[in-house]
Amino acid sequence: MEKKEYTLALLVSNKPDVLARVAGILGGRGYNIETLCVDATLDPAYSKIILTVIQDKTTMTKIEKQLIKLIDVHKVTDLTKVESVTRELMLVRMKLSDTNKGLLALIIDTFNGRVVTMNGDNCVIEITGDRALIEKAVASLKPLGIDDMARTGIISLERQN
Amino acid sequence: MQLKGAEILIKVLRQEGVHTIFGYPGGVLLDIYDELHKGDIRHILVRHEQGAVHAADGFARASGQVGVALVTSGPGASNTVTGIANAYMDSIPIVVLTGQVPTHLIGTDAFQEVDIVGITRPCTKHNFLIKRVEEVAKTLHEAFHIARSGRPGPVLVDLPKDVMAALTEYKPQLPQKAAEAPPRPASKKAFYVMDLIAESTKPMILSGGGVILGGASAELRKMAWLTKMPVSSTLMGLGAFPGSDPLWLGMPGMHGTYYANMAISHCDLLIAIGMRFDDRVTGKIDHFAPNAKIVHVDVDPSSINKNVMVDVPIVSDCKSALQSFNALLEQQKFVVGDDQRQEWFDQIAAWRKENPLSYCHSDTEIKPQFVIETLYKLTRGRAIITTEVGQNQMWAAQFYHYDEPNTFLSSGGLGTMGYGFPAALGAKIAFPDKLVIDIAGDGSIQMNIQEMATAIQDNIPVKIVLLNNGYLGMVRQWQQLFYGRRYSQTDITYQPDFLKLAEAYGWLGLRATRPEEVETVLKQGLEAPGPALMDFRVSREECVYPMVRPGGPIHEMALGREMAN
Repeated sequence: MEKKEYTLALLVSNKPDVLARVAGILGGRGYNIETLCVDATLDPAYSKIILTVIQDKTTMTKIEKQLIKLIDVHKVTDLTKVESVTRELMLVRMKLSDTNKGLLALIIDTFNGRVVTMNGDNCVIEITGDRALIEKAVASLKPLGIDDMARTGIISLERQN
Repeated sequence: MQLKGAEILIKVLRQEGVHTIFGYPGGVLLDIYDELHKGDIRHILVRHEQGAVHAADGFARASGQVGVALVTSGPGASNTVTGIANAYMDSIPIVVLTGQVPTHLIGTDAFQEVDIVGITRPCTKHNFLIKRVEEVAKTLHEAFHIARSGRPGPVLVDLPKDVMAALTEYKPQLPQKAAEAPPRPASKKAFYVMDLIAESTKPMILSGGGVILGGASAELRKMAWLTKMPVSSTLMGLGAFPGSDPLWLGMPGMHGTYYANMAISHCDLLIAIGMRFDDRVTGKIDHFAPNAKIVHVDVDPSSINKNVMVDVPIVSDCKSALQSFNALLEQQKFVVGDDQRQEWFDQIAAWRKENPLSYCHSDTEIKPQFVIETLYKLTRGRAIITTEVGQNQMWAAQFYHYDEPNTFLSSGGLGTMGYGFPAALGAKIAFPDKLVIDIAGDGSIQMNIQEMATAIQDNIPVKIVLLNNGYLGMVRQWQQLFYGRRYSQTDITYQPDFLKLAEAYGWLGLRATRPEEVETVLKQGLEAPGPALMDFRVSREECVYPMVRPGGPIHEMALGREMAN
């Protein structure tokens, strides 16, 4: 069956071992978590976990059923099924040189990024967007010499009509 | 009222209706054992922590109540893992209380420290580490609630020593009641099932452990009798439907009866209730019930469409679903037309006649099946039977017939050798007046043999029927059939003299080596007031038949006749 990327939002208790339980359901069955984002909700008793998995539909249904069985998981939403806004944030540290400065400025401008900090011969750039945009930005920056980078992974929120 | 954590623990146990626990003390448990010493909870002192968990599990399976085990930190806790995984696979409600090092030492590799919450995360329904004495009562009540609600399962609670010794204000809390009513089938679906039953000419019911766990045996029987549907039950479901009823087909699957497997392979409607289509039941999935509309009732949504894709999925506890079906059947004044099922019944009768459950009798060797048949005859099916795992387990499922639920206790999912004997101790605690018999093999019995001392110390007179063939019989059978009789590491002829062992532990030990001695030995052992071990020297290379080859379709069975003649 065809595999694609699924984004799940999990409402969970904000407790020490909840993430391990969630990760165990996936890892114990040999499924990789592609991206993962966690923080407390407005009510600090609960956290929201947003994770993405590349799987086929049948397996995803089984994963969702296993996740909701966990006592500390209160709700599982498949955000790929509903209309939602998706964002990812990336920080990239670039080596600066006389030859790449001009192009770098253009790339930052193109992807609506900004320079967060500049330190002698390097700078850290922040770019936010959906996964496709971030992938494009990485591809554009790569030839200019990426020193290091960090990505938050996807966060996603349902649109409400 | 200021109470210690350990005192609160005892109070909660009492409130949850616990009168017996199975345990083994240790350094971090001293506060709890001091309270037990004062209190009125009976404590069964096992000889290994695995035994404690299996005994709690056996207690739970026999009584339907939550079983409780109490063990110390470190190795005490890690020794429970097999018992917990066993209960998890078979959905058995137990609460395992583990001692833990004081909270300020957690994570320091302290003496006898182990992260038991981490270790048991994938094999418990849920687990807790209590870090504050204020949380003791609430967490323990929650643990019991989780263990017994929905699809039951084991819950572990880790109790650090300082939390048990600390004082807090205690107000008794009411035990948690089920938060919401169990799920019931939507009436539209229940009506649809009625239509399917009415249209079907070749229907059958396949019930599982969920019917027993859900206390729905009476409802299952009523439905089968109202609709005249033949019934097969998985290993976990044996006893839910009477083994002596004309509609009974026997167990399905790898070592199921010929007629149960043929009925599944030819039926046009399969109503699966409280079972989960385990690979040992289905065989090759593509050939499982190929002509049938499948209705699947299960309380756990994750069991539905997991292995077999079904036509009518119903998330409901078994009792509610069967009650709905029965109410509709009565409301519609459902009757089966005289000739509507005749062809189906004739066909089943023909299969039954063609290949009944049988074995080749012998005048010189004791056949293991003969021992179990004789045991059934002598006990008139009224004993609680526990089993170990392997050939002994399959023969106990085939040749003893179970008329009541909660009377056949066996490790179905995990297949744990060493389960049956400690489970028998637990069952006997639940039903002191019933005859409780562990049907064992000589391999399995040696895995928890140390509990023979427990039976004496705590006066738990169970019986062990040992089918002794000097082999790890089931693995040997596979080696015989699929690995050219190369018996690699399955010969265990070197074994203790079980009579002397029985004597050493203070048990009655008996032995039979010839068929004519079987009945006498059984009578003597069963009638003895104390625990008895009966060592039957059975024919060494007997195989369990019928047998579906691993991964094969269930309608293709080796029947063993070629071996017998």
